[in-house]
Amino acid sequence: MSQVQSSAGPILTTDGIPLKVSLKKAERKNKIRAFLLVLPLLAFIVITFLIPIGDMLARSIDDRQINTVFPKTFEIYKKWDRKGLPSEEVYKTMFFELKESEGYSIGKASTRMNYSKSGWKSLLKKSKRKFKKIEEGPYKEKMIAVDKKWGDPEYWLALGQMVDPTTMGYYLNAVDLKYDSNKNIVQQKENRRIYNKTWIKTFKVSILVTLFCLLLGYPISYLLATLPMKYSNLLMICVLLPFWTSLLVRTVAWMVMLQQKGVFNNLMVMAGLIADENRWQLMYNQTAVIIVMTQILLPFMVLPLYSVMKTISPTYMRAALNLGASPLHAFYKIYMPNSIPGVSAGCLLVFILAIGYYITPELVGGKDGQMVGNWIAYHLKTTLNWGLCAALGAILLAMMTALYWAYNKIVGIENIKLG
Amino acid sequence: MSQKDSFVKFEKVDKSYDGEVLVVKDLNLDVPKGEFLTMLGPSGSGKTTVLMMLAGFETPTNGEIYLDGNPISSIPPNKRGIGMVFQNYALFPHMTVKENLAFPLEVRKMQQSEIDKKVSNALAMVELQDFGNRMPLQLSGGQQQRVALARSLVFEPRLVLMDEPLGALDKNLREQMQYEIKHIHERIGITVVYVTHDQSEALTMSNRIAVFNDGKIQQISSPDILYEKPNSSFVAQFIGENNQLKGKVKSIKGDNCVVTTESGDDVQALKINVNNSGDGSLVSLRPERVAINSSESFENNFDAKVKELIYLGDHIRSRVEVCGNDQFIVKIPNSHKGANLKEGATVKLSWKASDSRALDLN
Repeated sequence: MSQVQSSAGPILTTDGIPLKVSLKKAERKNKIRAFLLVLPLLAFIVITFLIPIGDMLARSIDDRQINTVFPKTFEIYKKWDRKGLPSEEVYKTMFFELKESEGYSIGKASTRMNYSKSGWKSLLKKSKRKFKKIEEGPYKEKMIAVDKKWGDPEYWLALGQMVDPTTMGYYLNAVDLKYDSNKNIVQQKENRRIYNKTWIKTFKVSILVTLFCLLLGYPISYLLATLPMKYSNLLMICVLLPFWTSLLVRTVAWMVMLQQKGVFNNLMVMAGLIADENRWQLMYNQTAVIIVMTQILLPFMVLPLYSVMKTISPTYMRAALNLGASPLHAFYKIYMPNSIPGVSAGCLLVFILAIGYYITPELVGGKDGQMVGNWIAYHLKTTLNWGLCAALGAILLAMMTALYWAYNKIVGIENIKLG
Repeated sequence: MSQKDSFVKFEKVDKSYDGEVLVVKDLNLDVPKGEFLTMLGPSGSGKTTVLMMLAGFETPTNGEIYLDGNPISSIPPNKRGIGMVFQNYALFPHMTVKENLAFPLEVRKMQQSEIDKKVSNALAMVELQDFGNRMPLQLSGGQQQRVALARSLVFEPRLVLMDEPLGALDKNLREQMQYEIKHIHERIGITVVYVTHDQSEALTMSNRIAVFNDGKIQQISSPDILYEKPNSSFVAQFIGENNQLKGKVKSIKGDNCVVTTESGDDVQALKINVNNSGDGSLVSLRPERVAINSSESFENNFDAKVKELIYLGDHIRSRVEVCGNDQFIVKIPNSHKGANLKEGATVKLSWKASDSRALDLN
């Protein structure tokens, strides 16, 4: 076919212009119009979403801070053989760069230096104050005299991690690893391993919440899809009502319900099911996080399920019954496979929302229920370790992308139906 | 009633959905084995409800349905062993054609080899041997229809129900499928209860037709009787084209009567369901039984004025005014003789008294 066409040359319009050129010309106006229509949103997304995400990803590996505060020191430092203590020249440059730098940039640099070896921060702070009195060399002895940490090779070796403008250090931290002073990857100290546990907990909670949402959402969606309109509308409002209520209000309402002297425990005691002194601990732990998140995320499961089930014709079930299948068999063989697009859409949606959840674990989770989102918030607001925040966030993003990829491979993203 | 000539039997069946309106009223119906029975009626006449009760998806509010002599009201649909073709085929979209056909056999726990054999026989029956591995949505409407038909027959049910199975097909395909279904029925001798609102479909396929209206069977008989001898004006109107002359019964003599139309003309007709002189009546007459400018003499002869001529290829449909009715239709065959009629001309119409039936006023 193509050979025949190419030998005959391109197809021409009546006016002799090649058809493709003519078509392009005719479509150009539409394309420009379409582009102009999306332009405001595109600009908005690029400025408020894509650029910040790019910036965040960059921050997670950025390690230039210190190179900009002590540029000369690092030039000479690179030549050091990493044995014993550095030469007088290194000390001298460090001395002057520290003395002449501004307090603000020293603060930022020392924070970073403290991540590789704690103690740097206080050392720099103290030294900056005391260096004012020192007028001349030899600087090595005088600096060690100010604080003997200057004579500890460990501190100097720790700087080696920061020579490169980029680092994997934040990512290592995010999975309980770190560089030792020779830049080998080692495990964090036993008492500082917190992130792997948090990751596992985050996954566990997200999977359980997804599962419970599915178990609770499937029957209600089925009912919604099969009831006559006037009942299903009412039921739909019941499902959506909490959806329209503030997240914070709902979470606080659950606190009232579940706390030890709360509604639920009171009822159980009143019914005589549990003793007054043995009230269940349902608040400020993982159980609370799972219960509350399941309730909050349930509409995200119900809506895609409902929209898919609505399209499954009731005659399929009738046909299956008519062909001799028992109601249970018909449901399992005919109805369930047809509802899979809704199940997978709902599960993906709930899982992705759950894995990054923050407010609910923060309010009802106590110490036991903290998830990755809470650590990100903690480092963002309290420790100001934005590099680690970025690394945690980037890992979360990578996981979701991987999940999406796996889903697409196994189920196929075109099978998803959100409505 | 002897059980052997009624394979399916409805006895005093009523059905109401809301406790206020009866959708089916006092239905008594017998379907002998091997018959192709069509339930024909306008939408809302209760015919589909009757079918659903037979399939087991609806329960009769009163009365009992018997299948082969046994009451079936308490048997769930999956135990009735009745095949069914649904309006939109209801092929399972996530299964291939073969899997769809194998489904009723698998739930009956048949051997795999036997399943394969039956599935390929069923595919051969509807001439879709090469389509077994396709998904239903990859098939055309007509092919899907055939798969649905094959699926309803593959487990060899005693009875097959069809709920407007051809409604979604275009006209040519529908006619072709009518013949196919009819031939399959003749070949395997199965009992079929078929629901449609298309009268030509009913006439083509059925042994007997039950005309439903308002929850009741108006008339049940073979297609030719139904067409030629309708016994109520509803049936006369619903089946085929029909001319109606409105008037009052003037006199009754044996099986014949005279009806005076509103224009004062006396029409000779058969007395069907009018009882007393003075009663209102609609005289029903098929267009093809009216002779135009005929030399033969019939009981009824009237002058008519040609109002409109519509060219339809094989015949010319002419609307004339006669006996006060200006919607009177006469079909003139498109032979060299008939083509020279002019609008506005006066013609002589004549028909036999035995072709005009004096029916109720509706």
